Order: sequence, then structure tokens, then C-alpha cells
Amino acid sequence: MFDQAESFVTADGRTIGAVMMEMKNITLRFGGVVAIKDISFDVREGEIRAIIGPNGAGKSSMLNVISGFYHPQEGEVWYKGARRPEMKPFEVARQGIARTFQNIALFEGMSVLDNVMTGRLNHMKSGILSQAIWYGKAEREETENRAVVERVIDFLEIQHIRKTPVSRLPYGLKKRVELARALAADPKLLLLDEPMAGMNVEEKEDMSRFILDVNDEFGTTIVLIEHDMGVVMDLSDRVVVMDYGKKIGDGPPDEVRNNQAVIDAYLGVAHD
Amino acid sequence: MFPDQFLFGVEVLLNGLMAGVLYALVALGFVLIFKASGIFNYAQGVMALFAALTLVGIMDGQVPFSHLINALFGTDVHHFGWHVPAFAAILLAMAVMVGLAWIVQYFIFRHLVGQEPIILFMATIGLAYFMEGFGDMMWGSEIKKLDVGIPQGGSFWIEEATAFLGGSNFYGFFIDQLDIVAAVVAIILVVLLVAFAQYTKQGRAMRAVADDHQAALSVGISLSFIWVLVWSLAGFVALVAGIMWGAKSGVQFSLSLIALKALPVLMLGGFTSIPGAIVGGLIVGVGEKLFEFLIGAPFLGGATENWFAYMLALVFLVFRPQGLFGEKIIERV
Repeated sequence: MFDQAESFVTADGRTIGAVMMEMKNITLRFGGVVAIKDISFDVREGEIRAIIGPNGAGKSSMLNVISGFYHPQEGEVWYKGARRPEMKPFEVARQGIARTFQNIALFEGMSVLDNVMTGRLNHMKSGILSQAIWYGKAEREETENRAVVERVIDFLEIQHIRKTPVSRLPYGLKKRVELARALAADPKLLLLDEPMAGMNVEEKEDMSRFILDVNDEFGTTIVLIEHDMGVVMDLSDRVVVMDYGKKIGDGPPDEVRNNQAVIDAYLGVAHD
Repeated sequence: MFPDQFLFGVEVLLNGLMAGVLYALVALGFVLIFKASGIFNYAQGVMALFAALTLVGIMDGQVPFSHLINALFGTDVHHFGWHVPAFAAILLAMAVMVGLAWIVQYFIFRHLVGQEPIILFMATIGLAYFMEGFGDMMWGSEIKKLDVGIPQGGSFWIEEATAFLGGSNFYGFFIDQLDIVAAVVAIILVVLLVAFAQYTKQGRAMRAVADDHQAALSVGISLSFIWVLVWSLAGFVALVAGIMWGAKSGVQFSLSLIALKALPVLMLGGFTSIPGAIVGGLIVGVGEKLFEFLIGAPFLGGATENWFAYMLALVFLVFRPQGLFGEKIIERV
């Protein structure tokens, strides 16, 4: 559709960079069940890329393939111009790919601050011995990382709950803390698995604003899965539509919205 | 001034506290591994034994596997003929425990990720008996004396300082100096462990893994590395416990059985709480000594120390299954 190496300008005037990640003919099976069937798509630098589809379409599986939690039986993952070998999730994270989970995976027993600090673990280089004796470099690192974390906390407006144990927070705030932890890692690519699931209208508006701000201010590339069609259409630059493990649409929101296959599969029969 | 019975009771209490410290040390090793990986490590006691055997072996310059070597090659080697100073030997023994942690992770538990807890538990039972046999083969099965220079015997200072309490025919409290050292070492160990978990990168990663494996992976923590780290820490705690027990009663294979006293300690303190392990250890130590003194010896014919802790744990299991400090079990419907 577009030249891989070129950047281009979207319909609403945003400039999108070159291809950063490419999924090539991904097939994922669980025993006899095919979760993803021969899907290819790309993610460009600086864009917000949405994956939508009805329940059980394989959206979360796709995100898990990107983040290394699942390994596809067929197909290749290309990241920053090179084929990515099969990697464990923590190795993927160390490549600058952060994520959130559909069902929130936070460290419930720790404070908000500690949770967000874990996002910085990969930016701390000092070895185990100097850490153990809290020697110069380790201390400097801690201070630097703490500063980054405080910025993220300010940015997402969760200063008032910094010291609160996560287990005491309401659902909407937990989602925000999870986003903060992912952001603290200073990711190149941010994967959001249904960031607005289970939220009320106000919380959804807040979250949409944060996602746009993150993309805007840090230039972070974002891949997100979402059920709420309205939200997806507003936020994303390009949309992949999945149904029963297959890709049935790919393009800018307006184009996808008018795609007959998408309307049939995702929205059911049109009623006007 | 005070009746002798009362003063003797106080002495029993103090000795119970000291014994409790040793239970707590072993229990601590269990808690570390259980928290981080959900594995109940039956082998923790044997690890203490193995650590103590290794320490003695290194200090005395024993040739490891000497029986095996002699049987295979018809040689007659037993000792290298050197003695390693205690401090260096402790460092070497620690290195061996780290190596052991690595072997345990890479050859056993790496292949059992995601298995049922009962399977992990069975694996640790296998590990326990393997290590017992391996320790036997490596260092021999005879009872060994362990002397790393910790003062032993009653403290005359305490005895004299307390003698006045009971008037003229009272001899003062008898408290073993080794127990005092053990208590101090245990306190330092706990402070260090808590500081490590709270304020270092690896400690934070360790707590993260203990809390949620999936989330830990997503922020780039290697579970394997953390598990090796945790087994190493448990090995370190086992070494300290092994030194204390070994110095007290000699390094012998019954050490691994004494270590099972950590089970009731854990039931009291909760399997996931470091302070719980300490308090549980103290309660068991004091409880069994006082029970023996007040009820066991006068009314039940003595020897209650063998089962009192388990009885206490049973009562706890019925009324507070999560232990004193364990996370409360709430079923949401």
C-alpha cells in the first residue's frame, strides 16, 4: 500500500514514519485450534495502530505474539529491519517493547511508586554486588531512574496515589498505573491490550487523552486492541480488523469503517 | 528475692528464644523460595546440612569423593593436608551453594515451570534425598566437629550478673554464648535480606516475581535469573543455619530432621512472611521449652519437645490457616 521505507502523511495530517515492525504470515495454533491464520501487517514509527475484531478473533493472541508470550508455528516477526528470533517475553521487553494486559497484571502487594519503578529495571545497569552494597553508581542510577518515574507519574496524574498499595486502587486507576509502568520503561513500541475495557465514559475519555498525549509528546509507537469502535476510530491512524483468526481489513479508520466485510463480521448486519 | 522456680522459668524462656532463632533461620530459607517461586522446598534442611558438610570439608582440607576415588583407583587419599581459615572457607562454601542453586534451577526446575505445586514439592523431596546421599558420598557420613571460632559454653558474665536475683543459693542464668551469637547473626541476616529486597534492583525484581510472574516478564525480568538468585539466597541462609546448628551439635545427618521443625514454624508464621518466620520461630522455641518445663516434665513424663510444635501448628491450622502474618485467604464469589 505504501513504500516501506517512506514516511507519509495521514488523512488528518499526521506524519507517520517508516516501518518499524512487520508481522509476516503469522499462524498460531493451540493444539487443533487455529487462533491466528496467516496474518501479515506492519507497524510504522510514531503511529497508533489498532487491532479490532469481535470476541475470540485472535487479537490478544496477536499481541502476545508480538510481546513474546506466544510463539507462532509459522511466520516471521521483523523488528527494526531484522528478523527477530524466537524470544522470551523478558527479552522482548529488553528490546524496548512494553505492554499492558487485558486483565491487569500489576504487582498487587507493592505501592504505585514501586510498581512504576519496576518499569525502569532494564535501565539499571549496575551489577548485583554494587547493588548489594549500595555503592556509588547504584545510588546515582536509583536517583536518575526515580526522576524518570516521577515524570511519568506526573504525566499520568497519579501523584496523589504514589504511596498507595496497588491492591487498594479502583479498577480505572489500576489500568492507569499499568500504563505508567509500561511508559517508565521508555518503550519504542507500546502494546495496549484493551486499555479501556470495563471503564466508564469519563475514565475512557481520560485514557484516550493519555494515549494521544503519550504518542504526541514522546513519539511512542502504539499498538492497541480495543472493543469500543468509537474510541478506535478517534484514536488510531490505521486499523487491522480480525475475525476468526483471519485479517479481513487493514487501513485508515474511514476506509475500514466502509469496508463491507468488516461491517458484516464486526458490526453485524447494517441496520440503517 | 525471687523463688527459684520462677527464675528457672525465665532461664528456660531465654533459652527457648535462642532455640527459636535457629528454627527461624531455617524457616527463613523456606519462605524465600516459596514466596518467589511457589515451591515448597522440602530440601531446605538438607541444604543446611550440605552447606555445613561442605564448610567442614573445606576447612579440614578433605578430599571430596575420597571413598569413591579410592575405590575406583585403589588409592588412599583422604586429606589434602592443608587447613583453610574459617572466613575463606565460608566464602568457598557460599560459592558452592550458588553453584548448587544454578544446578537446581537449570537441571530441575527449569523443566517444571507451570507444573502443579505437588509435582514441584515431590521434586524437592527427590532433591532432598539426592543431596543427602550426595553429601554423604562427597564428604563421608561420620559426625564432624565444626569450629569456626564462635565462642561456646555458658556466658559467665550473664551468670554472674544475674546471680543476685535469686539470693545466695542461686547460680545465675546459664545462657550459651553460641546462642547469643546465633541471635545476633540472625538479626543481622534478616536486616540485610529485608534491605536487599527493599532497596536494590535485584531485590525489587525479586519482589516483582514473587507478586506476579506474567507482569514480571513484561517488564523484562528473567524468571530463571531471579530463581537462581533466590535459591542462592536460600543457600546462604542454609549455610548460616548449618554453621549455627553444626557448631552447637556437630555436623551430622540428623541435622536435616531437626530442620523439619521449620514446618510448624511456617504454619504459625505463614509461608509468605519473613517477619512471620522469625516470630513463628521464636514462638515455637519458647513454646516448646516452656511447655516442657511447666506441663510436660511435671505431668506428662517429659519429652514433649518432640511433638509440641506440631500440636501447636495443628491448632493454628484449624483456627487460622494462613498463619499469623500470612496473606488472608479470601474467596470472592
